[in-house]
Amino acid sequence: MNNTVILPMIMPILLGLIMVIFRKNIRFQRLLSIIAIIALAAVSVLLMNQIRNEGIQTLQAGGWEAPFGITIVADMFSALLLLTTSIIALFCLIFAFSTIGRDREKHYFYPMFLFLISGVNGSFLTGDLFNLFVCFEVMLISSYVLISLGGTKVQLRESIKYILINVLSSSLFLLAIAYIYAITGTLNLAHLSLRVAEAGQDGLMTTVAFLFLIVFGMKAALFLFFWLPSSYSAPPTAVAAIFAGLLTKVGIYAIFRLFTLVFYHEPEITHLVIGILGAITMVLGAIGAVAYWDIKKILTYNVIVGVGFIIAGLASLTTMGMMGSIYYLIHDMLIKALIFLLGGMIIHLTGTSKLKEISGLIRNHPYLGWMFFVAALSLAGIPPLSGFLGKVFITRGTFEAEYYWLGAIGLITSLMVLYSIMKIFMNSFWGETYVSKEMEKGKLNGSMMVSIGCLTAITIALGLGAEGIQDYVQIATESMLNPNMYIEAVMGGNPIR
Amino acid sequence: METSMSILIGVLFTIGTYLILTKSLLRIILGTSIISHGVNLLILTMGGLKTGGPPLLGKHDTTFTDSLPQALILTAIVINFAVTALFLVLSYRTYKTLGTDNMDQLRGIEDE
Repeated sequence: MNNTVILPMIMPILLGLIMVIFRKNIRFQRLLSIIAIIALAAVSVLLMNQIRNEGIQTLQAGGWEAPFGITIVADMFSALLLLTTSIIALFCLIFAFSTIGRDREKHYFYPMFLFLISGVNGSFLTGDLFNLFVCFEVMLISSYVLISLGGTKVQLRESIKYILINVLSSSLFLLAIAYIYAITGTLNLAHLSLRVAEAGQDGLMTTVAFLFLIVFGMKAALFLFFWLPSSYSAPPTAVAAIFAGLLTKVGIYAIFRLFTLVFYHEPEITHLVIGILGAITMVLGAIGAVAYWDIKKILTYNVIVGVGFIIAGLASLTTMGMMGSIYYLIHDMLIKALIFLLGGMIIHLTGTSKLKEISGLIRNHPYLGWMFFVAALSLAGIPPLSGFLGKVFITRGTFEAEYYWLGAIGLITSLMVLYSIMKIFMNSFWGETYVSKEMEKGKLNGSMMVSIGCLTAITIALGLGAEGIQDYVQIATESMLNPNMYIEAVMGGNPIR
Repeated sequence: METSMSILIGVLFTIGTYLILTKSLLRIILGTSIISHGVNLLILTMGGLKTGGPPLLGKHDTTFTDSLPQALILTAIVINFAVTALFLVLSYRTYKTLGTDNMDQLRGIEDE
């Protein structure tokens, strides 16, 4: 029992509620949200160290033992994601201070932002399938508000579609929960794992597993990504960056959790299908990224490629592949937020997202240009930046599992990613400088530069100092590949199994 | 009983899918609402229908009703209520701002 585990979930909600009262006082809201996010980061570092020293931390709410009560579990995988979440949230928040605009700030931007973080953290921490649904909904409802907040024409049009897709996939999620409850009689993930292991993963169970794969695939943009490019290009930059960094990753987390903890008995069916879906996602995403000449479109298609690549590590189901997936997931969350912020700054400066109308920015904005260059290399996985290690491990994992085609597709698409992102760099930063600094549409200011500067520094540091988090990633991999550790932590000492 | 419930759920899903495939925004929202009613009934059916016992398990009881599906449905209904309300408000705002509720015209154009 450890009460710290619930803090990342409950703290943002409580502080967000306080902010709702002080609607007019924006300075207070900014301060409180920064404090909340920094406190979240501190709590997740604390949790990581507790998990390293004492094993997986759990909380049985109200003292009701595992299969009956509400279980909250923090293993190393979730703690790492919690920390990454708070880092991205911090810098997107700082970026939002100067870009989001007074109107949105007055209409509950900060409380909604914190509710979103709370939903994301809750999804990472919950040990119960139904609570996963509830946390997903907390996250989604806040994202509905954030995507439509401001009410421009594009936002309204895209938010309608975004909500429709997510309402439907939530219904399918409940459907899958109903089926699995009928088969196993439990919704606690650890208990579910035990029951599935006892009864064997027969055809019916595998079918339900695929239903879950469809649901989470829709949220994670794994193969079912048709909704993503238009909805992620609608909201303002800070919101788009936090969406790109977090929302699809929660779906990926859910796929990882279910297919390593519960449905791991038939990898030659389920994980092969996951691998195929990942490969198709990478190829289609890369084609989209190469084809467009619009900054927002290229960046959103890059989100899709990243999803496919992370999933490839899960498909291999080897130690190497999983370790790569965790590295790459952390890297991908950071870099997607960074690249969206950078792309947003280019659009902010020039007032257009069409590459052919932009050129020669590097003369007036050298720092921005070089940071974009570093981020682009990191996105493509060039050493010594943060994407490299994950890419090596995932590729080795797929080769070890003899999915050579999957590794090959991953490498080919990363070249296409490099081309697509260099296309942005070369077209917008190189070439003739037509406009002087005074003629530009927007101005850069301190808080923007601080947030992207820090994120760039983190991606360099994560690449050079990958050894530093090696320990933590190894523990996370180990506990993911041994479901018994999770089950023991949740159900340990409970005679009723 | 379970069989007729399953047929009813199937009918609800069919109606919901049909409504979602239409072009009018209001019908689409009603469609999502009907589908989620179908899902709620499904959870109830999957938990086992009438068994004739109370939802309490004693030493001598032979029958007992599972109360968990009802708790799940209650939560799902509340969430669905909130989401539908938000969805309706947003669609009204969209209609007022964009002047149409036809999904064909909400497709979006390249230059905006």
